[in-house]
Amino acid sequence: MNTKRKELIVSAISNGTVIDHIPADKVFQVIRILDLEESEKEIYFGTNLVSKKYGRKGIIKISEKYFKPSETDKIALVAPTATLIEIRDYEVTRKTTVNIPDSIERIAKCFNPNCITNKEQVPTKFKVIKIDGEIKLACHYCEKNTSQNNMVFN
Amino acid sequence: MKNRSLISISDYSKEEIMQILEIAAEFEKKPHQNLLNGRVIASLFFEPSTRTRLSFESAIQKLGGNVIGFSSAATSSVQKGESLKDTILTVCNYSDLIVMRHPVDGSARFASEVASVPIINAGDGANQHPTQCLLDLFSIKKTQGTLENLEVTFVGDLKYGRTVHSLVIALCQFNTKFHLVSPVELKLPSAVKRHIKEANLQYEQYTDFSEVIPKSDIIYMTRIQRERFPDPLEYEKVKNAYILDNSMLNNAKENCRILHPLPRVNEISINVDDNPKAYYFEQALNGVFVRQALIASILGLK
Ligand SMILES: [Zn+2]
Repeated sequence: MNTKRKELIVSAISNGTVIDHIPADKVFQVIRILDLEESEKEIYFGTNLVSKKYGRKGIIKISEKYFKPSETDKIALVAPTATLIEIRDYEVTRKTTVNIPDSIERIAKCFNPNCITNKEQVPTKFKVIKIDGEIKLACHYCEKNTSQNNMVFN
Repeated sequence: MKNRSLISISDYSKEEIMQILEIAAEFEKKPHQNLLNGRVIASLFFEPSTRTRLSFESAIQKLGGNVIGFSSAATSSVQKGESLKDTILTVCNYSDLIVMRHPVDGSARFASEVASVPIINAGDGANQHPTQCLLDLFSIKKTQGTLENLEVTFVGDLKYGRTVHSLVIALCQFNTKFHLVSPVELKLPSAVKRHIKEANLQYEQYTDFSEVIPKSDIIYMTRIQRERFPDPLEYEKVKNAYILDNSMLNNAKENCRILHPLPRVNEISINVDDNPKAYYFEQALNGVFVRQALIASILGLK
């Protein structure tokens, strides 16, 4: 048994995805944006776990679930340090870090209540920008920036 | 610029802005030119703004065009619950260009994406008002002879004043030195300041007005609105601190001019009106020339 298997053996899942290296304070936001509260799959999560690389980290394990690019984009915006580990029949079949997209369409809401996207049926469009190290969504329509704490996803 | 909408001042390059200002100067010399020759321009004011609407309609008529449209949502099909998209698509059938004012942020950008004719944004909520910005630039150029290397002072509500935001962003292309005078509660937002920093330009922030007057080539005054303050006592504290009185202009530079987007309440004393440095009424007239230039350029007639 390799070391990777050993780490994952506690509450190991036979098939599914492990989201690792989530900033400790973002675990619940990740659960929320992926709608895991509504999921009927087997889910384990932990937060404030000790990580050699990141200090305190969070982890989520979801059975029978593999993420689409639109979902990994959402994870990247909230938890840019996250790693996705796909597991098939107890073996790690794929390990990727998330990439912050340059722009996103439809998946997030603009926080400005007077934005046309919140007033009429207009799909949202954002440029993803970084101001002083913080990720923000710059709205294509109202030109306001939605910060990480205000991010709400569709 | 032919067939291109103008939604935000940053849609136009520095060269394009300068070109519009040059054409506007031609219209100032010769305002009546029958370039539109009966073409139809829609003027859709989903919220009333008499000043801006009259300026646009005057510009259209001086160009020999016809105006259709409405001056408030109450007199349009919007009241019956029609979507913005449907209104715009309908009006496109009847016009060559649409001028629109709308209370919702981003409405003009969205309209430009569904419309088959160009859109000129005459104000979308708290977001953009690019023709005001062009007329401000025209006024600065006309009174100073240039837009380059000026010291421009902004006074009052720098947080919510969209005309201030657009003008600051546009001036970042002209090596401007910015003096920003406001109460702490109404400082220029960091998103706008980022443009100044990215252009490597200098800015200084003040809460006291008088010390910057002698340095200023342009003093751009704005109104501080009571409703911006959650605590009425805070408003009472600052309301008289940002009023320009004629006596304060004694040590202003010879070339200094006072601008204001109007309407004014009490932030410029009426004793300033007769001072040759007062420029706010001419500033409003410049709006007609700038709007003529814009309409003629977008329709490919200049
Ligand atoms: Zn928006």
